[in-house]
Amino acid sequence: MLDLINVSYDTQIPNNVGLSEDKTVLKALEKWHPGYINWWNDLIPDKFQQSLVYLRTAVSVDPKGWAKFDYVKMPEYRWGILLAPQVEGRTIPCGEHMGKPAWQEVPGEYRNMMKRLIVIQGDTEPASVEQQRFLGKTAPSLYDMRNLFQVNVEEGRHLWAMVYLLQKYFGKDGREEANDLLLRSSGSEEAPRMLGAFNEETPDWLSFFMFTYFTDRDGKMQLESLAQSGFDPLSRTCRFMLTEEAHHMFVGETGVGRTIERTCQVMNENGITDPYDVDKIRALGVIDLPTIQKKMNLHYTLSLDLFGQEVSTNAANAFNSGIKGRFLEHRIDDDHQLKGDTYKVWDMVDGKLVQHEVPALTAINMRLRDDYSRDAAGGVGRWNKLIAKMGVQFEMKLPHESFNRKIGVFAGHNFDPEGNLVSGAEYDAGMADWLPNHADGDFIQSLMVSVTEPGQYAGWISPPKVGIDNKPGDFEYVKLHMA
Amino acid sequence: MTRQIDFQTDPSQYRHWRVEYDGPVANLYMDVDENGGLFEGYQLKLNSYDLGVDIELADVVQRMRFEHPQVKVVIMRSGKPGVFCAGANIRMLGKAAHGHKVNFCKFTNETRNTFEAAEADSGQKYIAAVRGACAGGGYELALACNHIMLTNDSTSSVALPEVPLLAVLPGTGGLTRVTDKRKVRRDRADIFCSIEEGVKGQRAVDWRLVDEIVPNSKFDDVVLQRAGEFAAASHKADVAEGIKLTPLNRTIGEDGSLTYSTLEAQVDRKGGKVTITLHGPDSDAPADMDAFFAMGDQAYMLRLARELDDAILHLRLNEMELGLWVIRSQGDPEKFAAHEALLMSNADHWLANEVLKYWKRILKRLDVTSRSLVALVEHGSCFTGILAEILFAVDRSYMMEGEFEGDNRRIATVTLSDANFGPMPMGNDLTRLQTRFLGEPESVGLAQARMGEALDAGEADDLGLVTTILDDIDWEDEIRIFLEERASFSPDAMTGMEANLRFAGPETMETRIFGRLTAWQNWIFIRPNAVGEDGALQRYGTGVRGDFNKERV
Ligand SMILES: [Fe+2]
Ligand SMILES: [Fe+2]
Repeated sequence: MLDLINVSYDTQIPNNVGLSEDKTVLKALEKWHPGYINWWNDLIPDKFQQSLVYLRTAVSVDPKGWAKFDYVKMPEYRWGILLAPQVEGRTIPCGEHMGKPAWQEVPGEYRNMMKRLIVIQGDTEPASVEQQRFLGKTAPSLYDMRNLFQVNVEEGRHLWAMVYLLQKYFGKDGREEANDLLLRSSGSEEAPRMLGAFNEETPDWLSFFMFTYFTDRDGKMQLESLAQSGFDPLSRTCRFMLTEEAHHMFVGETGVGRTIERTCQVMNENGITDPYDVDKIRALGVIDLPTIQKKMNLHYTLSLDLFGQEVSTNAANAFNSGIKGRFLEHRIDDDHQLKGDTYKVWDMVDGKLVQHEVPALTAINMRLRDDYSRDAAGGVGRWNKLIAKMGVQFEMKLPHESFNRKIGVFAGHNFDPEGNLVSGAEYDAGMADWLPNHADGDFIQSLMVSVTEPGQYAGWISPPKVGIDNKPGDFEYVKLHMA
Repeated sequence: MTRQIDFQTDPSQYRHWRVEYDGPVANLYMDVDENGGLFEGYQLKLNSYDLGVDIELADVVQRMRFEHPQVKVVIMRSGKPGVFCAGANIRMLGKAAHGHKVNFCKFTNETRNTFEAAEADSGQKYIAAVRGACAGGGYELALACNHIMLTNDSTSSVALPEVPLLAVLPGTGGLTRVTDKRKVRRDRADIFCSIEEGVKGQRAVDWRLVDEIVPNSKFDDVVLQRAGEFAAASHKADVAEGIKLTPLNRTIGEDGSLTYSTLEAQVDRKGGKVTITLHGPDSDAPADMDAFFAMGDQAYMLRLARELDDAILHLRLNEMELGLWVIRSQGDPEKFAAHEALLMSNADHWLANEVLKYWKRILKRLDVTSRSLVALVEHGSCFTGILAEILFAVDRSYMMEGEFEGDNRRIATVTLSDANFGPMPMGNDLTRLQTRFLGEPESVGLAQARMGEALDAGEADDLGLVTTILDDIDWEDEIRIFLEERASFSPDAMTGMEANLRFAGPETMETRIFGRLTAWQNWIFIRPNAVGEDGALQRYGTGVRGDFNKERV
């Protein structure tokens, strides 16, 4: 157990920010740390807290240091504060201050805007851990359980990273916001998380994989744009977080892929060629492809909502002030200030869907969302290759961005997954095919059984191609604590 | 923005508000229709408002008093998740002409004052139940309520972000109510008004910005519980039912002249003036308040009030170039006195009280009307009691003295009543006569001693109740010259001069809102730092910040 009285921050909190010499942050962290530990301990079931999990810990930012694998009890995980190395002579990459030296301190005029962005990002990190808190009990294998916990501890570390920025650069207000990050909690009636999608429970493992594929990818896009920030400490923090985020999406993509693979395999073994023969497929204990498509429709569209309004003043302000850039800003060939540029956004005019050009500065959210959609399409293509390779006639498809939206211009209108405006009756009738219903949820839930034998997997999912840290197939990724 | 704006509406036409009545408690939901803006070119997102939204609110507040006197507590809340109200719509403000902005702010100020005073005036207490963002004009709505409850969900806050966000002021009473009503310490107020994200949770209570914070999961219950407690503790008498406020009988002529059942407004575009003639009662006063109640909104005193109120609003918003208002009256002064006396002697009857309080508001509306106001006390006029109060609201009054050739109307008189000595105070909390005689308080007593007498021109002049008395020989010429002179002056200088001269005496929160805060806001509203091409208000939403001229003026 971590000794909270005598924390040696340079050994217990791996960091490259000179933590033990930073009196201000140390003082703040000492107050915050116990609350964090309580949060963690209350969250994860005790059985798992005591288990030894084969986790990757980042102890430094160089390639050798950021992936140290070993067994560790999660409460003793070393949540580090690690910033990507400082780039000599880095300048503000976009907006009205472009070309000036990157800020090492927060400029007073942007303090509040920056704080708000960090708080919103910070709020999502612990939220997903909260959403996934019960999944350990139904892990389809020790391998998957370990991946879940790896994602969880890293989201915890991301919270640390945001809290560090708040405490280091935003004074008293920042410390208060850091405390509030532990006060809010996912789905709470008392103090819910800030963004709607982060208040929904992740009820089953397919949802978890979809979440890490689609929703963590929203996180990736947000981090990518914050990595372009003219505020150097924020940029460096996010750059390092991105290395971990990649693993979360790997868990998502391979998780969905392994589910698909298992379904196709079982179909083939039983001579089922029609992927829509749902009852027969389900009777064999695997998740039919149309249901997987429905889950995808849901998670993709929920994630699109996280990008906010298509046309946004806040996003324009953040870009123009150099606090937030675009996806891969440095690879974009333009003035990086968007003077006079326009960008195509969707709009509803007289009940019809139209695209028109708006000042590009105001369409920063829309552009990031478009980048997201392209990014998200990659994995879908690979799932389809897998399906084709297994000889099943089925294609996964991302729904049109207008479908099932609660935020932005599409909200409040009935679109089908193809992007056609349909009548209320058509919409209701189509719903059963478009989004998972309670019966689908019940079925998936019925497959969620815990498998804790090393090398064994629940019947609805295939084993991975390779193990974590190149471990063999029967490796015991979690040494479960038996009370 | 040249379309005519109509201030009349009714619940069947509401697009932005709805009210659910539950005995003594009314739940007032703000649920602004994004696409229901009064003008083209902006969407009313996040419960932001424009004049159209506020006209409905004013109607709600007015009907609450007359149609729903059972109500003792009104809970103002949002019908939208995640946001209480984001304030005045910024794109609307950015697009609006200066004159529209000023008129918009004046009207919203008057509406806020009205529901703020509803508790003291008629025992209707307003609670702001704030969940979600409550910023700028949104918090100003809450500030005008009598009790503010904020959910403690670690996200919801109250904020006045105008200065950092838009380079303008929280000008609808915001700055003033923070210091004068909520009595927030000035240095804390300084911090509060300079931060965009506002203040939440316990600090909002500690800083006196809200009255209480409530755990989020219990919010609705506690709000209802509090409303129940307030209703139980209310001294407002139980009233079985209210009266209906039916649509006004108004016609607008081709030249813009207005005709109502009790008054008309004759437009003279060339002369830049409008002549408003108020007609005395066409029948005897109702025998008692039961008879008055039975007549409802057709009772003369209420009908005249509603019609005059509508005329003032219409002329203020739609006829900006008619800078000179000439107010006349014609009718039987004794009959008017009888109508007024019924209300004054039954002031504890809920409906009499509401009508009198309504007159108080209308006279205040006149006080803050930025037009040159002149009253002509002609033969056949009925400037009695409440109507005589108009003589003390205007900038100048002229009275006919003696017989006029060929004029056989009843000789001009002015009659004072109890209404002139207390129940119709100005924003400075003094009566108009007290304000008029600030340097000679004994004159108020002298006038009071003559209450009930029909004072002719000589007597009225001696008592200082009118500006100038003129006989048959001088009347026409003097009046013409005055009107022509007045119309020739700079409208800006007139507005400024009149507003300064009208409010002698002590400052109150109300005078500070209309005088100090509004004046500063209107100044900022013409400065390039806010409204110039590169100003913050114009650039809002583009992502590019306002470019400020750093010179302090
Ligand atoms: Fe993360
Ligand atoms: Fe993640």
